[in-house]
Amino acid sequence: MGLALLAVIWLITFASTYFFIKHTWWLPVGASAAAAGIDRQFNVTYILMGIVFVLAQGALGLFVWQYRDRGSATKAEYSHGNAKMEVAWTVLTAILFVGLNLMGSPIWASERFQPAQASALPVEVTGMQFAWYFRYAGPDGKFGLTSPKLMDPSAGSEAAIGLDTSDPMAKDDVVTGTMVLPVNRQVDLTLRAVDVIHSFFVPNMRFKQDAVPGLAIHMHFTPTQVGDYEIACAELCGLGHYKMHGMLKVVSAEDFDKWLAAREAEKQ
Amino acid sequence: MATVTPNLAVKDPRTRDSGGGSPPSYGGGGNGDPGGTNGAFSYGDRLRRARLGLVVGLVAVVMIFVGFTSVLLVRKGSPSFDPQTNTYSRDWVPVALPWSLLVVNTVVLLVSSITMEFARRDIARQVALAPVKSIPGVSLGDETGFPWLGSTVLLGLGFLAGQFLVWRVLREHHFFVYSGPSSSIAYVLFGTHALHLAGGVIALVYAAITSLLHRPVEARRIVIDVAAWYWHFMAVLWVYIFVLLLIAR
Amino acid sequence: MATSEVVHAHAAPQGFIRQYIFSLDHKVIGLQYFFLALTAVWVGMILSLFMRIHMVWPNANLPLIGHIQPEAYLSLVTMHGTIMVFFVLTTAPQGGFGNYFLPIQIGAPDMAFPVLNMLSFWTTFIAFIVMLAAFFVTGGAPLHGWTGYPPLSAVQSAGPGEGLGADLWITSIAIFCAASLMGALNFITTTLDLRAKGMSMMRMPLTVWSWFITAILGLLAFGVLLSAGILLLMDRNLGTSFYVPLVVVNGQVMAHRGGSPLLWQHLFWFFGHPEVYIAILPGMGVASQLLSTFSRKPIFGYKAMVYAMLGIGFLGFMVWGHHMFMSGMSPYSAFAFSILTMSIGVPSAIKTFNWLGTIWRGRVRFYTPMLFAVGFVSLFVSGGLSGPFLAQPTLDIPLHDTAFVVGHFHLIMGVAAIFGIFGATYYWFPKMFGRMMNERLGKIHFWFSFIGTYSIFMPMHYLGMAGQPRRYSQFTELAYLQHLIPLNRFITYAAIITISAQLIFVLNLFWSMLKGPKASDNPWEATTLEWTTATPPPHDNFGGHTPVVHNGPYEYGVPGAARDFILQTDPAITASPAH
Repeated sequence: MGLALLAVIWLITFASTYFFIKHTWWLPVGASAAAAGIDRQFNVTYILMGIVFVLAQGALGLFVWQYRDRGSATKAEYSHGNAKMEVAWTVLTAILFVGLNLMGSPIWASERFQPAQASALPVEVTGMQFAWYFRYAGPDGKFGLTSPKLMDPSAGSEAAIGLDTSDPMAKDDVVTGTMVLPVNRQVDLTLRAVDVIHSFFVPNMRFKQDAVPGLAIHMHFTPTQVGDYEIACAELCGLGHYKMHGMLKVVSAEDFDKWLAAREAEKQ
Repeated sequence: MATVTPNLAVKDPRTRDSGGGSPPSYGGGGNGDPGGTNGAFSYGDRLRRARLGLVVGLVAVVMIFVGFTSVLLVRKGSPSFDPQTNTYSRDWVPVALPWSLLVVNTVVLLVSSITMEFARRDIARQVALAPVKSIPGVSLGDETGFPWLGSTVLLGLGFLAGQFLVWRVLREHHFFVYSGPSSSIAYVLFGTHALHLAGGVIALVYAAITSLLHRPVEARRIVIDVAAWYWHFMAVLWVYIFVLLLIAR
Repeated sequence: MATSEVVHAHAAPQGFIRQYIFSLDHKVIGLQYFFLALTAVWVGMILSLFMRIHMVWPNANLPLIGHIQPEAYLSLVTMHGTIMVFFVLTTAPQGGFGNYFLPIQIGAPDMAFPVLNMLSFWTTFIAFIVMLAAFFVTGGAPLHGWTGYPPLSAVQSAGPGEGLGADLWITSIAIFCAASLMGALNFITTTLDLRAKGMSMMRMPLTVWSWFITAILGLLAFGVLLSAGILLLMDRNLGTSFYVPLVVVNGQVMAHRGGSPLLWQHLFWFFGHPEVYIAILPGMGVASQLLSTFSRKPIFGYKAMVYAMLGIGFLGFMVWGHHMFMSGMSPYSAFAFSILTMSIGVPSAIKTFNWLGTIWRGRVRFYTPMLFAVGFVSLFVSGGLSGPFLAQPTLDIPLHDTAFVVGHFHLIMGVAAIFGIFGATYYWFPKMFGRMMNERLGKIHFWFSFIGTYSIFMPMHYLGMAGQPRRYSQFTELAYLQHLIPLNRFITYAAIITISAQLIFVLNLFWSMLKGPKASDNPWEATTLEWTTATPPPHDNFGGHTPVVHNGPYEYGVPGAARDFILQTDPAITASPAH
């Protein structure tokens, strides 16, 4: 029985670790400026935790077999513990865990403590049951007012977020169902939600942030690769949660300008 | 009736191991042993236990009000985004409370704490004198005392009536439970406290009934003692709610 | 009139109702909790079976319930989580085994307040009925998840099931809070005040410590949940705006203004995080007890184990924000919560090292309880080590609200804690029912469960890293999830097999209760007080006298002793080395 336990524990450990190392199922390709740092911290964490995992499970499997009762020949060692070892592994564990955390904090700080750069492109993301809408501020660089009473998703994107067309600043706002961003330019997102909590999750950008009713949350990221990236909702928002998705298209700066100009022209 | 429990013979439990080994030892009797013999508990143990239980239970009640307090403070400090102005705004309108009425209620409750304390000490004295009174031929004179317990119940009911009055005044001034967060949380604090106090009143009524049913004086003392400390706690809690609303509403 | 009257504890009751229904005997009450949890876990498992089947075959027509709609799926998710967390994990380890064995292990004849004990069980039972009622009302059970975030949970029109079903859900939880607080009161008072002579705090079995600390956590946490739930009911029904700001739901502008959805999250997780320690601490206590008993060795580092549990309990109240890194909470707070969360890994690691140290140089006996204890350690390590990923907000960005989190908490709560319950059942069954459970069936149950649960929950970490979000009823809408469906199917097959294998346990349990071989008083040759009394214990636990304790709880393999175990009531061992 001891041998069976050892075999199964070691096998499970081996299989789990194998799939981790092989990256059989892994983080999607990172396409933002923050991705490299996040992925590096992820790798450090999983290697360190992986080592602890293998050692702990290995020891467990080994001990239950090695110290099995083999009849009257075996004697258990009468010991209540070892204070020195307790102190040692307490200190080491503390250093490992806290150290790991402190290692990753500069990335968090750069992502979240600092506001967007002045040159960032402002985009407002609004989540509602069950779609994402994206608003661009237009030539005036300002977002116009919206009103809950004017919301009407059946009448198009502007009406979906309740754009108040009587507000002069709103006249040039472009609202779309697809998010288009220029590559290598930071985007200053404002996240809003209309009804319940949603979460704006773009796996390839390593970006996630809850969109909360009653708040307008500022967050930023910088896409670094041209391509199409899926957007998922990552906070339970109702029966359509699984199909509340969007698409982020990262294009060259010229393509972006052309696209935005075309959207502006449509509004005339 | 006093009883004397004899020392029971030590029983040797069957541990069906491979023989040998000394049988486990059990404690002999001995008065005042925690737990005692025959699973019996002395009155002193039960009083201490009941008080300990009350303290533990009051921690739970405190945590409920810790929750409500943090709601008041956080909700008051949380601005909300108004899309119609693209700015954050606060919607906190302090509730207008009828302070004179609340002060009257506070006085009523504090006085009830005093009467409760007299009731508590009264029955403690009765327990202490019970051995003397049980000696045939000994009398301690007039046994009818002031109805402290009854007074406390009346004052408690008076406080609750006063609270109902407070809520009526609030409604007359158009502060309903849904009229803004300040009003809401005031109702929640008042209401939860009143519910707990009503529970205290029920406990006092039960204590009064046990007296009429001639339950042993020790058992009655435990009920009244625990109810008294609970009652004092309700007074302290009320003062806390009063001050909290005074400075933070 | 009375002098100093000695009042007898309640005598053994007569009559079926007093003896089995409204019993004041902590042993009967413990069994009532146990069987309530057993019922609840089967409800919870069947809900999860339907969930797993729908996730990979969304259009399937299932027997009895037909085709599952997306909103029905979310009701399954909500009720599965709620029933498992509250009515299984907070009930069986504490209310079940704690109730039964805490008094006996400290040498007491019963809990401090037997009437309150009886009330706390029946209040839990009522809470369970109210919870189940949510399935049967118009709109059905709520779909807002066990975490119940407003505004989804606060606005009745935000989804099917968010009407009366959600009100019943909140009410049930509120009733459960009251029941738990009553139980916590009893456990704490009993542990502090009813210990037998010689049973100092540092001679208490680690199971008792775990129940004691769990009760303290419950005492401090459930009051906050209760306050949060009351306010949610008010937002839903009385027009208040604690949690709900201006929202437009289904085209309608709601009357709420200015509320804060984050306020709920703070209150809920202030309770919610200690709750998960409430779920696991008793399992840790049981694991310590079993590893020591079946390695024939004292627990390695008893004092460190006690301090570690105290540390986990204390720190457990300071880390709730790690559930909210993505919520819009201040990133500075996130940093603080993150450091505290990593620190909680330290006492957990200490316990793991000490469990390994207990087996090391022991004489391991592979009875079924020991298998589950070893399984507990393995699962605790696995589930615990995914914690440091989530504790770092940087890594929480890709991992929050994905299957990675689901894998993490299931390995710890949904498996390790359950293995604690299984281990406790197999270990204490002889004492409770006077018969032995079948060893062969026990071992088969263990292997299916151990391999099966790893097969279900380890792959979820990979799915989470690949970006699979939580609470998705199906994966048909996003292209990047398609390649994950085969692994999801594997998990579903593993779940079907593992859940079916639990029938072996139920079979073994009931068959052994009726027909199992008779057990001696101490079949495992263990040292703690429950093994010094008759099997099953008499009504007042020790047959008319109070034990006197002379030894610590884990004196196995004492050199020079006649047997390899010393009962706590045996004469004091003279050569007692430092702990």
